[in-house]
Amino acid sequence: MGFEILLQLTVTGLAWGSVYACIALGFVLIFKSTDIFNFAQPELMMLGAYMAFALITLFKLPFIVGFIFALVMMAAIAALLEMMVVRPMVGEPVLSVIMVTLGLANVLRGLTGLVWGYEEQQFPSPFPDDPIMLFGAAINQAEIYTIVATAMLLTIFFLFFKYSSSGISMRATAEDAKTAFLMGINVKQVFTASWAIAALVATIAGVFLASFTFLEPIMGHTGLKALPAMILGGLDSVVGAIIGGLIIGVVENLAGFYLEDYLGSGINDIAAYVIVLIVMMVRPYGLFGTKEIERV
Amino acid sequence: MLQINNLEVVYNDIILVLRGISLTVADGSIVAFLGSNGAGKSTTLRAISGLLEYEDGEIKKGAIEFNGQLTNKLGPQKIVRLGTTQVPEGRQIFAELSVGENIRVGAHTRSDGKSEVDRDYQMVLSYFPALRARLKVQAGYISGGEQQMLAIARALMARPSLMMLDEPSLGLAPLLVSEIFEIIKRINTEEKVSILLVEQNALMALAVSEYGYIMENGKIVLDGASRKLMENEDVKEFYLGVTEDEKRKSFADVKHYKRRKRWLS
Ligand SMILES: Nc1ncnc2c1ncn2[C@@H]1O[C@H](COP(=O)(O)OP(=O)(O)O)[C@@H](O)[C@H]1O
Ligand SMILES: [Mg+2]
Repeated sequence: MGFEILLQLTVTGLAWGSVYACIALGFVLIFKSTDIFNFAQPELMMLGAYMAFALITLFKLPFIVGFIFALVMMAAIAALLEMMVVRPMVGEPVLSVIMVTLGLANVLRGLTGLVWGYEEQQFPSPFPDDPIMLFGAAINQAEIYTIVATAMLLTIFFLFFKYSSSGISMRATAEDAKTAFLMGINVKQVFTASWAIAALVATIAGVFLASFTFLEPIMGHTGLKALPAMILGGLDSVVGAIIGGLIIGVVENLAGFYLEDYLGSGINDIAAYVIVLIVMMVRPYGLFGTKEIERV
Repeated sequence: MLQINNLEVVYNDIILVLRGISLTVADGSIVAFLGSNGAGKSTTLRAISGLLEYEDGEIKKGAIEFNGQLTNKLGPQKIVRLGTTQVPEGRQIFAELSVGENIRVGAHTRSDGKSEVDRDYQMVLSYFPALRARLKVQAGYISGGEQQMLAIARALMARPSLMMLDEPSLGLAPLLVSEIFEIIKRINTEEKVSILLVEQNALMALAVSEYGYIMENGKIVLDGASRKLMENEDVKEFYLGVTEDEKRKSFADVKHYKRRKRWLS
């Protein structure tokens, strides 16, 4: 009995962790390449989920088609946001840029509420409702799909950044934009691309999160858990963001179940921050971060 | 062929750093570009590479022509594609990328296909065999000399017809410097790449080059065949560290020299 529950909790934790990991990955991608901390990243996730929702329910598109259209539209929206809202802010004080992305988050949330209302909505999940049995534990299928899809997505990203020449050029730009110019790299294009990619990952996270929860304009608040994930991993580490996300997803689920009786029902919400505090005391720059990074 | 005419550059709209310099790098030649710290050598290379904009600098006057095409207003991407690459001061390798990835980044602008790029990858490694053993290592962890080699290898991957090197000898042991200069010379003859070599190490630079320019305070004060420059008394005294008597010159002498330089040029 104990093992089944542990397994169930771990799978659920990994599914949530996958969502955190995707959002954190988006944060890190943008932060690494443009040095901008995009507080609107969770809202991009929310908007992506609503976009897929609208395409599937309003236009009666099959799930996968609606999903793909949502990905394309979100990438385009993020690219436009980068060019029109963010780029004019390059070189401005860090705090101003933060205010702009915070403002952007509020605008996106407000617009979504205006268009779709503030109530919770059922997302047309493509995954079967009945759980599957795994080693005697009943597991929600949407969670399994979320974990598998995220694993595949991250593998594709890894291969792209490791082996493709565009991926290598993007990493080079992230490290040193000035020298990237010398290589003939179109640095502005790389900045725009990193926003588009971050929106893609966010949309994927949003669709899966909505599939095992529901839609609401404040679902971006879930994305705020990506913050401790990222701090845990180290602000500038892609691998760190992913592992940080998974750790936080699993820990908060386990803590919520096993420690609730002793520490009260809020424990799952603060578990993430407790872990971050502990890690920061030992490794101030996160599990995988670089030492000299400037913190926001 | 690179031709610069009467180039003036200001930083931040006010600081005039290049005060009308002219310079030519003929196809296939090695040209030494000398001068003490702060003279404006790196600024000149920045102007040629189209990087001034990112340093709040601007070309106020003059022309930079590459193979007859005016490049003053072109961005760095265009300029690399036209065939000018730079090995920047302080090497500026991408420390987080592996050595192999650094070399590949240099080929970013290439569109002639993977097999050509792969062949050049092997070609640059044949010039720098020391890098071959370190391809998978993060570039931040290799030695200074290896980083300099890597920066040159990376610049070569763009298939330049002109490669500009900004103080490649900086911080390296003399033996290593002569090794690197020898390779530069070989690249020049074997790959037919013209070289503009910025140096403070005047002796070595003049030894490998055919022609040299000497710059002070944003102006070219002296130029000529490198052999001639090496014999010039002023050059000997102030750039090659050879003085007729052992005692060091006072600052007043230097000022006197500056006045005379104007007359020389
Ligand atoms: N980005 C910049 N902004 C303002 N002044 C600069 C900048 N870069 C260089 N300078 C100034 O321009 C002058 C020439 O510098 P530089 O071209 O780097 O000389 P060199 O490479 O010959 O040592 C120096 O006085 C330097 O302080
Ligand atoms: Mg310099």
